[in-house]
Amino acid sequence: MIAFESAAYNYGGGELLSDVTLKLAPGSFHFLTGPSGSGKTTFLKLAYAELLPTAGHVTIFDREVKSLPRDDVANLRRRIGVVHQDVQFLDHLPLAANVQLPLTVAGRRSETGDLGELLKWVGLSHLADALPPSLSGGERQRAALARAIIMGPDVILADEPTGNVDWEMSLRLLTLLVELNRMGKTILIATHDLNLIRQAKNQIPTRVLRISKRRIQLAGVDL
Amino acid sequence: MKLPKPIARAVALMSPDARSDRVVPPSGHTAWLTLFTAAAMTFLCVFAIALSLASGRLAGRWSDAMARTSTIRLAAPPAQMDQQTEAILTLLAATPGVDSARALTDEENRALLEPWFGPELPIEELPLPRLIEVTEGDPGYDAEGLRQRLSAEAPGAVLDDHTRWRRPLAEAASKLRLLGLLSIVLIGTAMAAMVTLAASASLEANAQVVRVLRLVGARDQYIARAFVRRFTLRAFAGSCVGAVAGLIGILFLPGADTAGAFLTGLGFTGWSWLLPFILPPLVGLVAFFSTRTAALRKLREFR
Ligand SMILES: Nc1ncnc2c1ncn2[C@@H]1O[C@H](COP(=O)(O)OP(=O)(O)OP(=O)(O)O)[C@@H](O)[C@H]1O
Ligand SMILES: [Mg+2]
Repeated sequence: MIAFESAAYNYGGGELLSDVTLKLAPGSFHFLTGPSGSGKTTFLKLAYAELLPTAGHVTIFDREVKSLPRDDVANLRRRIGVVHQDVQFLDHLPLAANVQLPLTVAGRRSETGDLGELLKWVGLSHLADALPPSLSGGERQRAALARAIIMGPDVILADEPTGNVDWEMSLRLLTLLVELNRMGKTILIATHDLNLIRQAKNQIPTRVLRISKRRIQLAGVDL
Repeated sequence: MKLPKPIARAVALMSPDARSDRVVPPSGHTAWLTLFTAAAMTFLCVFAIALSLASGRLAGRWSDAMARTSTIRLAAPPAQMDQQTEAILTLLAATPGVDSARALTDEENRALLEPWFGPELPIEELPLPRLIEVTEGDPGYDAEGLRQRLSAEAPGAVLDDHTRWRRPLAEAASKLRLLGLLSIVLIGTAMAAMVTLAASASLEANAQVVRVLRLVGARDQYIARAFVRRFTLRAFAGSCVGAVAGLIGILFLPGADTAGAFLTGLGFTGWSWLLPFILPPLVGLVAFFSTRTAALRKLREFR
């Protein structure tokens, strides 16, 4: 689905990520960990073509990102659901419209039933008409997850999706992601939360990637 | 029927189903700025058009009919009047560059003087000068040479050479028309520039919106459409207001009877009344293309 080949990235200073070579196989479930500032968010941005690698190659759905025209980048993002660490919404539209936004911009109609179901899953049914600025951090993250999956994307990339929610809600969101993975979606979650990773490992085979010293390695079983 | 692509796009843009509109928050001051600019520019444009048309007409009239005629004013003792008139006419007939010449009749003299002295003027009893109308050929006569020969023939004859002062006037009129046309072009360009600026500012102000839209998979066309549609409609509406205001202004200009000769032409005549109505669609078109270019260029700043 998404492949890195000797990819590197730097923001202009030194190289932040070096020589990253890995593949996210279809239907796989990955966690990505590493110290704060190690480049998890940067890695995800590379994976959905918000950033282009400064060296090496990144291919998404078998397309090299560097040579993608802008419209193809847009099309590609419709197949990748992303939960950003700093979740942003259209603040003038109610939550429900924001969650449906990927459908709207793709010119597709949503079945209202799906939306209701989804909002119920993430526990936001009662806030469907609320404007984003009035939501709490955890509510925003859940809304972002709903927005990320409403299109039924092939890949879901989530950056700290449980950063602001309590343990119970974390488990609930994890269950949702595990369900999606069982349906065949490819999933990558960046997180500090080792408990969450352990919990997931009990439910489904997962792999854990760790960033250390600018490299991404497969972490051992000793988590 | 298949419409050309840009026009088809413009038509699609105006259709009520533009869902992309909602994704951009209603903007405040750029909306008014665009509306006002379009209105003001159209208003100015109406006058610039009126000015060009009027000066065009004026230039035509002056340089053609009037500049080709001049007058010889003959003052002589009544007894010698007819004889000297005859001599002058003979002289003129032999002058190269003179097409024709004739003395004005008493009736014509009376008509000329009536506005000043009223109809009861006993014209026969007044020592009025005789007027001889000279129609110039092409190329014209040599005014200096003619003057010299006239003074030899009839010392009281004065050649009043209209072309002397009308030619520069005609030239000024056609320059005025050129200026008018230039103003129209400048107004159009300035408006395009301002609408472009307003659209860029609006995109800038909505950077977060654009970023979110790009991240959820919106194509540039889609995002641009939301902005372009707005600015086009606003510019069109503003232009309608400006055109109507300009037309009202022209309508209330003093008519031919009340104002001096120069201003009489400054209205529209005949089909040219329709010209101001072309402006709003034209302004809309200019706004459409300038915002589209601005939007698509600006969007490239977002991945
Ligand atoms: N736009 C940018 N320009 C310059 N430096 C940046 C930019 N974005 C991130 N960085 C730097 O790159 C490094 C990695 O950032 P990144 O957000 O990828 O880390 P992270 O692993 O996601 O951290 P966290 O766990 O805190 O979210 C940081 O040191 C950060 O300061
Ligand atoms: Mg991060």
